Amino acid sequence: MHTTRILMGMPITVILADSYATQKDCDAVFAYFQAIDNQFSTYKKESEISLFNKGEIQRKDLSKDMKLVFRLANQTTKETNGYFNIVKHDGSIDPSGLVKGWAIYNACKLLAKKGFKNFSIDAGGDVQVAGKNEKGEEWRIGIRNPFNPKEIIKVVGLTTQGIATSGTYVRGQHIYDPHQNSHLKGGRLENVVSVTVIGKNVYEADRFATAVFAMQSNGIYFLEKQNGLEGYMIDKHGIATMTSGFNTYVI
Amino acid sequence: MKKFLLILIVLCLLTAGIVVWNKKEEMDGDDAPIVAKPTSSTPAPSSAAAQYKDGSYTSDVVQTDRGFGPLQIKLVVSGGKISDVQFLQFPNKPGHTTEVSNAALPLLKQEAITAQSAQVDVVTGATQTSEAFQQVLSATLAMAK
Repeated sequence: MHTTRILMGMPITVILADSYATQKDCDAVFAYFQAIDNQFSTYKKESEISLFNKGEIQRKDLSKDMKLVFRLANQTTKETNGYFNIVKHDGSIDPSGLVKGWAIYNACKLLAKKGFKNFSIDAGGDVQVAGKNEKGEEWRIGIRNPFNPKEIIKVVGLTTQGIATSGTYVRGQHIYDPHQNSHLKGGRLENVVSVTVIGKNVYEADRFATAVFAMQSNGIYFLEKQNGLEGYMIDKHGIATMTSGFNTYVI
Repeated sequence: MKKFLLILIVLCLLTAGIVVWNKKEEMDGDDAPIVAKPTSSTPAPSSAAAQYKDGSYTSDVVQTDRGFGPLQIKLVVSGGKISDVQFLQFPNKPGHTTEVSNAALPLLKQEAITAQSAQVDVVTGATQTSEAFQQVLSATLAMAK
């Protein structure tokens, strides 16, 4: 069972490797992403986040999920020395840098609750896998060449984990260096073009990939110090630097 | 122009939920596939299937807004569904390796990236979340209507 749809402006692919999976199970995952998009998209004028940014919803009246996402974002800001921040320069909130990983993680929980053991959800290149692939082997995840999207430059084997990549022109103003007060556009953050992070789930991988990318060359050292996270950073010269445990995943 | 593209994105978001993208296996040739897993044939419920016109659609060349160069994609529609998205032009360009300073990164292992030909289930990469990618995807989807 392998289905791709375009939702939230990106291809989302669900692979259900358990033989009893049906299209209906895939559809439930896509319905969840659609609901998340309706609630959290800053492109949708009537989404909860847009209404909050317009001042039409007060903080105390926000939904439980929105409050949770704000809390998770604040926690991430602290854990990354301010490199991850959902507050934009104009003061508005754009939680998309956190919501994607969080939503994939929740969608995987939804599948686990239904009793599925072997599956993969890929939303725009951020991935969580569970169990084994359709051949009964560990999931084989390729890292795309940031200079040539037709190429894969590394393959890692994962069982129940998350992997995410942050890159030079990823969506969103949530990637900037808060300590230099310079946005990516300023050109300072230009040495590193891509950071891939492996974590215990895609939520961890995604938020740290975003922050580590903002840290640029120092980011891989920050990642090295984190428990349970490994990373592969590619600079503009095509030179990769990896954390000390990364190679244990390489196939 | 930017506003126009944004409108296209919104239109795409509204309609995109019903697009099914059945990626075909692309294991021939030397290029590693973008998504290499063959699909089992799993058509969406017919009520949810958006019908695009079959053919190949090439986007305009879009200049990415952070000075990383042009982006252009080709969208292939077969059987009314998107079967492939190819990159014709791609913004990132590698720099000169002579500028690499190993002294800056003394502790961790480094290597020059090299293409792999192994088969994979899924691919991780930042490409598909870029604003530029979403813009050309939306505009190209509109052509296929």
